[in-house]
Amino acid sequence: MFPAPPLQQRNPIVSDFIHRNFQYHLLEEYHSNGMLVFVMNKMCNFELIQLLRDDSETSYDMMLDLCGADYPSRKERFEVIVHLHSMKYQHRIRLRFPIDGEPPEIRSITDLYCAANWAEREAYDLFGIRFIGHPNLKRILNPDDFEGHPLRKDFPVKGLKRGHFPLGHVINNKRNDAPKFYTESNEE
Amino acid sequence: MTQYSEQNQKYVIPTEDNDKFLLNLGPSHPAMHGILQNIVELDGERIIKSHPEIGYCHRSFEKLAESYSYNQVITITDRMNYVSSPANNVAWTLAVEKMLGIEVPKKVAYVRVIFMELARIMDHLVSMGILGVDLGAYTGFLYFFQQREKIYRIIENMTGARLTTAFGRVGGLERDIPKSFKKDVYDFLQGFPKTLNEFHKLLTRNRIFMDRTRGVSPISKERAIQYGFTGPNLRATGVEWDIRKVYPYSCYEEFDFEIPIGIDGDVYDRYLVRMEEMNQSYKIIKQAIDHLPDGPWHADVPHVVLPLKRDVYSNMEAMIFHFKIIMHGINPPVGDYYFSIESPNGELGVYIISDGGPNPYRVHWRRPCFYYYNAIEELINGGLIADAVACISSLNVIAGELDC
Repeated sequence: MFPAPPLQQRNPIVSDFIHRNFQYHLLEEYHSNGMLVFVMNKMCNFELIQLLRDDSETSYDMMLDLCGADYPSRKERFEVIVHLHSMKYQHRIRLRFPIDGEPPEIRSITDLYCAANWAEREAYDLFGIRFIGHPNLKRILNPDDFEGHPLRKDFPVKGLKRGHFPLGHVINNKRNDAPKFYTESNEE
Repeated sequence: MTQYSEQNQKYVIPTEDNDKFLLNLGPSHPAMHGILQNIVELDGERIIKSHPEIGYCHRSFEKLAESYSYNQVITITDRMNYVSSPANNVAWTLAVEKMLGIEVPKKVAYVRVIFMELARIMDHLVSMGILGVDLGAYTGFLYFFQQREKIYRIIENMTGARLTTAFGRVGGLERDIPKSFKKDVYDFLQGFPKTLNEFHKLLTRNRIFMDRTRGVSPISKERAIQYGFTGPNLRATGVEWDIRKVYPYSCYEEFDFEIPIGIDGDVYDRYLVRMEEMNQSYKIIKQAIDHLPDGPWHADVPHVVLPLKRDVYSNMEAMIFHFKIIMHGINPPVGDYYFSIESPNGELGVYIISDGGPNPYRVHWRRPCFYYYNAIEELINGGLIADAVACISSLNVIAGELDC
């Protein structure tokens, strides 16, 4: 397995493979930092990743990473970015799926990779992207009653509304008014 | 994350028959490492089903990073895996350097390797020490913390901080290495193998320890790859895979070291792999410190590296660059980049989308812990509560990294 050849040379097949099988869904292809990137139509995401995983020419058996991104100025506002790794060929690719519509929807790949389960929940929590067919699509990092999706670009960094604490105290967003969690009346 | 309140009754999970017992492990519990919550359904002492909940340490670093400049983000990465922060810092700086196309001098690469390997030793010392504590062997933990203190001293001399190190900057180091650096590292190297040996004598062939760890929460190769396991936890299942060898970065190809692998992927194998990795890290540090080259401590890129303060006051060019960097920041070219290192815990990936501005447009960290804890249900279901605790500490799940 070692030493490894340069990244681009390891699996020249994958580009042909995608051109051959999904040429109508391929929107763009480029190199970024030694990694092949394919911008694909979101309609084909499940079939494409399934074929990439199962075919012996490619065998991307590991989902490295899945995350969302937000581009408010585009027509297809959201994007799901999937990084795949092949243990057999030691090769990595990145797939980008632009999504339009509100709420944004894309098919879940949890059936293909267990690793996608929480990663998709995270993308749902932070961007509000609905993964159709996900077994347990609910918030993972934020509380269940949280409003909004914090990594969208129109979500302010300091938060939408005042935070609530279990004891009934309210944080004030004004800087000079420091939050007081334990007031005298509460200690009684 | 489920929040407890009177309105939110989801917190209590109803069980159909009365034989089952519902136990709430965490979020604040001495046996849980960091703020993790696990609601487990028990039949006697055996776990039937578990509902892991995360998010108690969520600080939304990905959102925060979008309003920070590229050098400011280094301080965020400290707070992710706080047990081995230098490795996180280096992951970020290497990623940004790759975006900008900066080649750092060899001395910088070597010093980074030394710090990353010290971080790996630090991380494994804590996780394996804690594994012992969780199984009732407190002594080894104290042996290890003595060594960890020595590493802290090296890091403190270099960066001025012990835990939140903010080590390195984009384009090099923040300052030249201190005069005592070589001596400190040699001091540490001298005492470390003895401690490692003592710890081996305490635990590795210990009857009780072996009974508690062998065959506990095993995972197969295929399932581990399915779950996105990387790093020592994947190697414990028998996959010979290390990013330092597959995609070498920061001069790792120049060092001679081996990759330890396990067989069953149980707690005992994870323990052995981590112990041997410490030994290999020791070898790497020794090679790096023996052949530490002389040279500048940052790359010659004046539009990225801040000039020295005394030059800013006396030199016209330095003042201009200082002003440019502070006011306009570092502007990497437009595009998206993924870069990953072998952090002590596994593959730590940084995915950055740049729009050409001084702040990253979008940052995503691929945290190894996130994918380990995803598999926790499968690992602990059917086992005992005490084994679940051993499993979590052997996976080395750290809440700061998990929730990011």
